[in-house]
Amino acid sequence: MKKEILRIENLTKYYDSFLAVDNVSFSVFEGEILGLLGPNGAGKTTIINIILGILKQNKGYVEILNKDLKIYRTELTKKINFAATYCSLPGNLTVYQNLYIFGLLYEVENLKEKINYLEKEFGLSDIIYKKVGLLSSGELAKVNLAKVFINDPKIILLDEPTSSLDPNIAKEIRNKILRKARREKISILWTSHNMSEVEEVCDRVLFISHGKILIEGHPKELPKIYDRKNLEELFIYLAKEHCVFEKEL
Amino acid sequence: MNIKRIFSVILRQYFLYKSNPIRLISMFLWPFLTILQWGFLTKYLASLSEEGFSFITVILGAVIIYEFMTRIINGIMITFLEDVWSKNFLNIFSSPIKIEEYLLGLVLSSIIMGVINFFVISLVSSLFFRYNILNFGFILWILLLNLFLFGVGLGFFITAVIFRLGPAAEWIGWPLPFILSVISGVFYPISTLPKLLQSIAKIFPTTYIFETMRGIVLKNIEFRYVFYNINLSFVLSTIFLIINYLFFMKIYKQNLVSGAIAKFSAFE
Repeated sequence: MKKEILRIENLTKYYDSFLAVDNVSFSVFEGEILGLLGPNGAGKTTIINIILGILKQNKGYVEILNKDLKIYRTELTKKINFAATYCSLPGNLTVYQNLYIFGLLYEVENLKEKINYLEKEFGLSDIIYKKVGLLSSGELAKVNLAKVFINDPKIILLDEPTSSLDPNIAKEIRNKILRKARREKISILWTSHNMSEVEEVCDRVLFISHGKILIEGHPKELPKIYDRKNLEELFIYLAKEHCVFEKEL
Repeated sequence: MNIKRIFSVILRQYFLYKSNPIRLISMFLWPFLTILQWGFLTKYLASLSEEGFSFITVILGAVIIYEFMTRIINGIMITFLEDVWSKNFLNIFSSPIKIEEYLLGLVLSSIIMGVINFFVISLVSSLFFRYNILNFGFILWILLLNLFLFGVGLGFFITAVIFRLGPAAEWIGWPLPFILSVISGVFYPISTLPKLLQSIAKIFPTTYIFETMRGIVLKNIEFRYVFYNINLSFVLSTIFLIINYLFFMKIYKQNLVSGAIAKFSAFE
């Protein structure tokens, strides 16, 4: 039986009277890459923020490695990490300084050796003493990845990690993530609007709209089941017709 | 509490100062200019006054210790604002750091800034105006401790307001020490103030601290009042600190519910 790394049960979040996440439940298993798909405002980032412990839900709970996030937040956040295009590292510090600071925050042992390892792993040698604010988008993506892996996480949350990158760099970044995740059995919760990327990397996808999970399955199987050409068509259909679809369900 | 995580907050400030020495201006140049300005002013006033009254000892001492408190407030605020300006909240607060550890990191950073500032400004006043505040003796450290507690409380208050209202609220923070200096009789006795402001002044520990300091310098305060004022200012400073800490925590918890931490970078 697969080991459950992340378990979300009946998660509900209101912003005043607006229902952002509506009774959502799902799990992520060891080494699994789960795609969280949905149109803008569907509730994906809200779910990620709740898992990160920076947003409180109204109902439901989050368990990581079978422990309640509410009770064991500090212990559990040592085993999570996260990257998003909208959240960059402080631009006025160098790459090395940033990694050192985050290494301390995540209580990384043998921090200098760890940074040296990440420097080689993600090809950061030329930019390690450069200020983050001076880096190109591609370089920044690599630095964000180094930060993501600094604490040897059991699960990583990636919110549109390649959205601002050219296809070539995006592919390189995807490959680096995939290689490391497969090798070290790291689970990933991955949000993206790039459906071909999702098909390539995800083992399973959840489609969310208006805070609800509409469908769930393998990214290559789902279009066939719902009689669509590919995942992108299915995405457009679900985003447009979510009300009809919800009734059908 | 984890020392590594607390240290990371302080180290970040060190890296910033190291990588951009221009930042040191705020730590050295402002205090240097402040003490020069007040030093020359008091020298001039001394030349106008009857013999025997030392403006330098009355005013420069107040300037030095008030500057210490201002640096404590600003130290907390600037360290917090660095995370605001670099849109780093999401990274920081999604890490294992506890909010108490973060706050302690802010306080320790501000102590380093405050202490460096205090010694620079004391040295300048000693070299240029032959006024050595350390001659004040043991009581100086008690007054500084009270100012430190009050300064930390005000630092928490300002950061809580910024946390609640967004980065633009930093402009409430910058003039606060100046406003307080006007109300709480830092440079003159509160009897100079209108009655209403005198009543307001009595709320603040700074009033008792500076009245005591002036009283000691002018030798017109009895020991029992020194003791009373110091105790009262200590109690008030501690109350301010606790109230403002609770205020910050309340805002933090509200932000966890409203989602403001994640969306903080969107505020302008």
